Amino acid sequence: MIVEFISPAKASFLGIPAIILWWIIPLAGIGIFSYILYRRTRPLCLASFDPRINRLAMRIGATVRYALAQYRQPRYPLAGILHIFLFVGFVILSLRSITLVFLGIIEGFTLPGLGGALGNVYMVVKDIAATIVLITCLIAMIRRGVFKPKRYDVPARYGKNHTTEAVFVLLLISGLMVSDALFEGSLVAYQFQSHLETEMVLPMTLKGMAAAVLAPNAASTLQAVHMAAYLSHELIFFFFLCFLPLGKHFHVITSFFNVFFMKLDKGTVKPVKWDVSEEQLDGLESFGVKKLEDFTWKHMLDFYSCADCGRCSDNCPANAVGRPLSPRFISIKCRDALFERYPLWSGAENEKTLMDGVLEDDEIWSCTTCGACEEECPLLIEYIDKIVDLRRGLVDEGRVPQSLQKPFSALEKRGNPYGKMEKKRSEWAKDLGYVKVLGKKASAQTLYFVDSITSFDDRIQEIARATARVLQGAGVDFGILGSAEMDSGHEVRRFGEEMLFLELRNRNTEAILESGVKKIVTADPHAFNALRHDYKGIPEVEHICQVLERKLVSGRLRLKKIEDPHVVYTYHDPCYLGRHNGIYEAPRRVLDAIPGIRRVEMERSKDRSFCCGGGGLMLFYEPIEETRMGKLRVEMAKKAGATVIITACPFCMVNIEDAIKTSGLEGKMKAMDLVELVLQQMDWGALPNSKPTAETHSEAKNGH
Amino acid sequence: MEILVCIKRVPDTSENEITVNKEGTDIEREDLVYSVNEWDNYAVEEAIRIRDKVGGTVTVVSLGSEETEEVIRREMAMGADKGIHLMDPALEGSDGRGIAVALKAEVKKGGYDLVLTGAQADDGAGQVGGMLAAMLQRPFAALVNHIEVTGADTLRIGREIAGGNQEFSEIRLPCVLSIQTGINEPRYVGIRGIRKVASVEIPIHGISDIAVPAETVGKTGARVKRIDYFTPQLGKGAEILEGSDEEIIDKLIEILKSKGRIK
Repeated sequence: MIVEFISPAKASFLGIPAIILWWIIPLAGIGIFSYILYRRTRPLCLASFDPRINRLAMRIGATVRYALAQYRQPRYPLAGILHIFLFVGFVILSLRSITLVFLGIIEGFTLPGLGGALGNVYMVVKDIAATIVLITCLIAMIRRGVFKPKRYDVPARYGKNHTTEAVFVLLLISGLMVSDALFEGSLVAYQFQSHLETEMVLPMTLKGMAAAVLAPNAASTLQAVHMAAYLSHELIFFFFLCFLPLGKHFHVITSFFNVFFMKLDKGTVKPVKWDVSEEQLDGLESFGVKKLEDFTWKHMLDFYSCADCGRCSDNCPANAVGRPLSPRFISIKCRDALFERYPLWSGAENEKTLMDGVLEDDEIWSCTTCGACEEECPLLIEYIDKIVDLRRGLVDEGRVPQSLQKPFSALEKRGNPYGKMEKKRSEWAKDLGYVKVLGKKASAQTLYFVDSITSFDDRIQEIARATARVLQGAGVDFGILGSAEMDSGHEVRRFGEEMLFLELRNRNTEAILESGVKKIVTADPHAFNALRHDYKGIPEVEHICQVLERKLVSGRLRLKKIEDPHVVYTYHDPCYLGRHNGIYEAPRRVLDAIPGIRRVEMERSKDRSFCCGGGGLMLFYEPIEETRMGKLRVEMAKKAGATVIITACPFCMVNIEDAIKTSGLEGKMKAMDLVELVLQQMDWGALPNSKPTAETHSEAKNGH
Repeated sequence: MEILVCIKRVPDTSENEITVNKEGTDIEREDLVYSVNEWDNYAVEEAIRIRDKVGGTVTVVSLGSEETEEVIRREMAMGADKGIHLMDPALEGSDGRGIAVALKAEVKKGGYDLVLTGAQADDGAGQVGGMLAAMLQRPFAALVNHIEVTGADTLRIGREIAGGNQEFSEIRLPCVLSIQTGINEPRYVGIRGIRKVASVEIPIHGISDIAVPAETVGKTGARVKRIDYFTPQLGKGAEILEGSDEEIIDKLIEILKSKGRIK
């Protein structure tokens, strides 16, 4: 006798049609979910303006790359591949889950297009996907629960461990996979028992295994399993849906949007307010971010989107040296503060400001804005703009560390953080004799923008002289601004003193335009980044390594063989040349153009380069830390087998030279600027017309 | 509490290279940049903190030329409620006593409970605070690095004494205190802050406004005359250590040991 196998849509409990339940669960689930999303979007509506609906082609491209193709995931191979499996499985199985929900309401429901042969293919694919997802969940649970990778640790000051939440969600996903497998497996087992036609079932899939395990059971048992599995799937599915916006799994919903609305311009800093022009800044009541609502809606979306994966903090140099900063917890703490301030069931609560309760001053000042966190985040969460906005808030309140107040004041009065006299800015060039100070008497094609540290620091002045000599040797018609040059203001802006930055920028812009140059070159990546991204309407800017590369290709510069074969060089990517401006290859090609050079790469290089300790005002800041970034960097170079660290940034030079000394490696290891090495290896004899152009250093001569 | 803080505009020692002019009558002032005297800045911060705790107003007063206004404004941007600019041709060339005479008149006019000065100025002699207190016949404490309001007219004040020890005393209001650096961490004042108070009126008081006879102040009233500026010659005991940092440190330790300063 063949007992009819009842589908969920036809079932009834105690005489009540189950379809009522199959209506109630989805409606309740979707209702609660919509309500939660509504509550979650409330703060976004109160947040600051942020124009992100623009440059759609770029945004769609980025979304395909980072969201759909999960481009950044494999940077962490194991976790990345596990995630890709889960993500792809999710996409495939979401169709199945939707189908299942409808199956309770409409007998034999299939999604449009998945009714026929394609549907059969889909069923096989999703069976495989479900199996892979379950295996992935198991591996992920073992990884989180047993092996406990270090980057998921939660230091005591940041709260409790997050493993439970992660494992719980993995269990929910597993539950979905298993319940669907039992739901279908029970049917297959029944069909098999009853010699009915069954669809294709792969034996090694979850469904196949479920069918095999269930096969010996009586039809009534199979029926019960079938219904229980369906009910479980419904409950887990809608519970999971409503659980997502309550924690780190919100990213399942928000990440697509977060990537789509990503920041497209690297190296830039957001304006104080997107909808307030520079001229109107004076009228603003408050500056920067002081309370949650001062963040832009996109920055709030960032908080919602953080998946708590810890990759940012794993790469953060400040975190590595034990400074009180971990980018991951900036997101997590602000997310929790948003949740607390905008609770699901009552009005806005908790008026406490961000800097008194959620974040700490030292945390915000600890960031070198190196960008390692942003480079790594699979969800394109922004940190630098937030840090800068928070600093703007602190500056506005006068909460600036004493160590930074002196350089700020000196910048305001003298245009450099050291408080040196303006007229001494070009002293480094005195002995060279041929460096023109642009002005009424002298003009040039190219401006060499020196910036403060290179103008005033005894050691770094050598980089200035090397740059001038190499430019001279390469036949570049160049000059400097002399006392008319002000600090580029790169760090002034990034340390939150926007008004001072604007003043410096305006004065420099005026001087640059007045000089009549056609091009600007600088050996300081911070100045390079400022001139390139923070300044408007000035001639094109290049970093010296780009000029060197071109001159080597054109044959205008020739380099001679390295004499000592035992010297091993490694190139340290400055953050503001590499990550913020994507210039990784030019300096390497310059190095490789030196005959006989032995060059090795450090493990952390190019876009994973490790910040040396930060530049500009960061040299004045006195952080709380256990060791110094420079020391860690020097260790990395040593591990790579290098004896000379080549940098292309004056601040890297200061930090790395310091670190070599404090690590006791003096004599064993050396730091050199790229320009200094090129100067050392220059083959003057091979240069066409290598005579210096006989210009005088007018400013220095005239005594200003 | 009504608080008056006396501030001074001085050449900033960290942002200038101070040289004596050829005649030896003054320092070269052409390329100098000025700021508020560091000690005074701490005094203003302390006054603002006291006001924020117990209420009242903070007034800053400065005696000097037109440019002096910029430091008054800066301290108002910091949070002082009012500013007073003492300026009069008759006040030019005042010595410390002359300044104290003018300030005394200003204190009398405004009726302040607490008067704060910096312990000294970068270009001064550390005398105004004490003289002002004497002229006002009010209690005075110098080099104060801690202030607590303990009653309606009492303060508990701390001073650092020899050997890094701390001394606490009770002082009765109204009084005069000279403030030592390190009493607090002064807040930062940026361009934005100064622009916010750019249009606030700062009254200028001349000697007639404060009823000070011209002969008691300015050059005529001055009893101290500056006769010379010079850079001291390198003395015999001075020794400049040379070499790498490590070598210098080793030599320094050796010298300190040989002179019995460290064991």
